[in-house]
Amino acid sequence: MSLAAIDWGFILTQSVTQAFDFNAVVYALAAIGLNVHFGYAGLLNFGQVGFVAMGAYGMGLSITLWQLNPFLAVIVGMIFAAIFALILGLPTLRLRSDYLAIVTIAAAEIVRLIARSTVMRPITRGAEGLNEFIGPFRDLSPFSASQTYGIGPIEWRGSQFFAVVVGWVLVGLSLLLVAQLMRSPWGRVVKAIREDEDAARALGKNAYWYKLQALILGGVIGGLGGMVQALGNATVQPDFFVAPLTFFFWLVLILGGVGRVWAPVFGAVVYWFMITFIQNTGRQMVDAGMIPTSIMDTSQIDQIRFWIVGAALALLMVFRPQGFFGSREEMALDAR
Amino acid sequence: MTPAEQLADIAAEPGVSKPDPILVVDNVTRAFGGLKAVDVDHLEVQRGVITALIGPNGAGKTTFFNLLTGFDQPDTGNAVFDGDVASGQSSHELARKGMVRTFQLTKALTKLSVIENMKLGATHQRGEHFFTALFSPLWNVQEKEIESRADALLERFKLDHMRDEYAGTMSGGQRKLLEMARSLMADPTLVMLDEPMAGVNPALTQSLLEHVKSLRSEGITVMFVEHDMDVVRDISDWVVVMAEGRIIAEGPPDSIGSNQQVIDAYLGSHHDSALDLDADLLGGES
Ligand SMILES: Nc1ncnc2c1ncn2[C@@H]1O[C@H](COP(=O)(O)OP(=O)(O)OP(=O)(O)O)[C@@H](O)[C@H]1O
Ligand SMILES: [Mg+2]
Repeated sequence: MSLAAIDWGFILTQSVTQAFDFNAVVYALAAIGLNVHFGYAGLLNFGQVGFVAMGAYGMGLSITLWQLNPFLAVIVGMIFAAIFALILGLPTLRLRSDYLAIVTIAAAEIVRLIARSTVMRPITRGAEGLNEFIGPFRDLSPFSASQTYGIGPIEWRGSQFFAVVVGWVLVGLSLLLVAQLMRSPWGRVVKAIREDEDAARALGKNAYWYKLQALILGGVIGGLGGMVQALGNATVQPDFFVAPLTFFFWLVLILGGVGRVWAPVFGAVVYWFMITFIQNTGRQMVDAGMIPTSIMDTSQIDQIRFWIVGAALALLMVFRPQGFFGSREEMALDAR
Repeated sequence: MTPAEQLADIAAEPGVSKPDPILVVDNVTRAFGGLKAVDVDHLEVQRGVITALIGPNGAGKTTFFNLLTGFDQPDTGNAVFDGDVASGQSSHELARKGMVRTFQLTKALTKLSVIENMKLGATHQRGEHFFTALFSPLWNVQEKEIESRADALLERFKLDHMRDEYAGTMSGGQRKLLEMARSLMADPTLVMLDEPMAGVNPALTQSLLEHVKSLRSEGITVMFVEHDMDVVRDISDWVVVMAEGRIIAEGPPDSIGSNQQVIDAYLGSHHDSALDLDADLLGGES
């Protein structure tokens, strides 16, 4: 019964692998989208998972239903997310910001419930989900399914490595896009609207239209996350897109720092590292008898890890409310 | 004849027509529940002059501004700005057409730097379109022009030392200056200033006044709300008095203080002495 019984090498390998796996990419993309919404445009979106679902279903259905080629399928996935943004934004963005928040929560659940409904079975395959879309993507993959790829001990099977690579490329492109937009006059208008919509309008900016554009942009980036999820898991399951997932995206965003271009990516990587690290360490401690099963068994670790992450986030908010990379100076301006 | 001189022989009565109006308001009303906040039969604002809008607290001045600038829509009536029906147009459309306003409660964009605040004011920016924004060469040159214009204005308003600070770090008076300077970036033909001097220290007030006067010499029409009668007399060519939503008097600044209607509105109808302007009885919250 000592720390020597714990295989730290294994835990670290697992944690780092998860930190860069496609799941972290999904979180990163969703949080980059939320950062556009909240960090730059000041839009409160509590239904980002709905955009993620729209991207995944748009891409999946393009192949299972319409037999489009994979590139078109990605475009359709983006269009799905954009349409979702229009449906949410058109009626609410003229109103006070709270209205969008309320509508997004509900709409994301509606997407999931429609997708899994029996009526939609012929199209979405209901709760079973879409599975037959992955073939054309596998054909595109330069990686052999029977091999493993990676750096040193950090490795993935060929079938998943494709999703990992595509995912990180998409993260890179999204970051470049957001960085360029936010340093442009377009970004200036969006940030001004976040600060004070009326001031922007008094200077001739069509606040409604810019908010709609920002909602679409962040939603489409979230939609890309959904596609990476679909590629990585080789399936689109409606119940993956549950409402609480949105709040994990928020967690990742706040962890990294709101309103900083690449902070959400850092947040996602740290989050997945922490979750995996705590889980594996906890399991090994139980297995080694360091934590008596009367207190906790391995299956309970899965819950406990969220407590620990929650406590860590609470501490972060006390000592570093701006997140890892947010600006304390900007935060202080709110208090004036 | 300067625009101000054109006003010399205009009768001092509410709703009087003027030789060259930039803004014509007809029958504009706005009620909040049972309260008729604005009820203006007719008002013309002369082009190229400084018009002061005064009136007791709650008279409806801000509401009237909101109606004119598209931030609120009137229940009835309409306003014509520069020959173009303004009512029904949204605020950003009117701003692009040259009617730019500031707010009673200053709206500095606190987490943007002062220079970014200024640059935002410029209209017709190519880089403000999503797809052109993606390619810096398409907007770089214009951005430089805008920046040098912004720098010149900051210097004129003596804010150049704050250039790269967050606007949120500015004092209340500095924010007023910034807001006025920023509105000039939009190349307005008519600026509507809602209490530009409120909360500004007397030293700064003087420079603000000079700035407002210099707008007039550049041919910009100014309409501003103000409670301080000294200020009103100093810079305005024409004064419009509002009370309980209605225009109760109009005229050159000197004629207003002795107008019985105005005295009644400010002091109640039992008073009959001429308004003592120097005692600054009209001073509201400034
Ligand atoms: N959104 C609103 N809802 C209800 N009542 C309002 C609203 N806006 C203004 N009012 C009322 O309309 C009247 C006119 O208000 P307004 O702000 O236009 O006055 P003002 O002349 O600008 O006053 P002040 O000099 O104090 O700024 C007031 O009685 C006010 O309470
Ligand atoms: Mg007012």
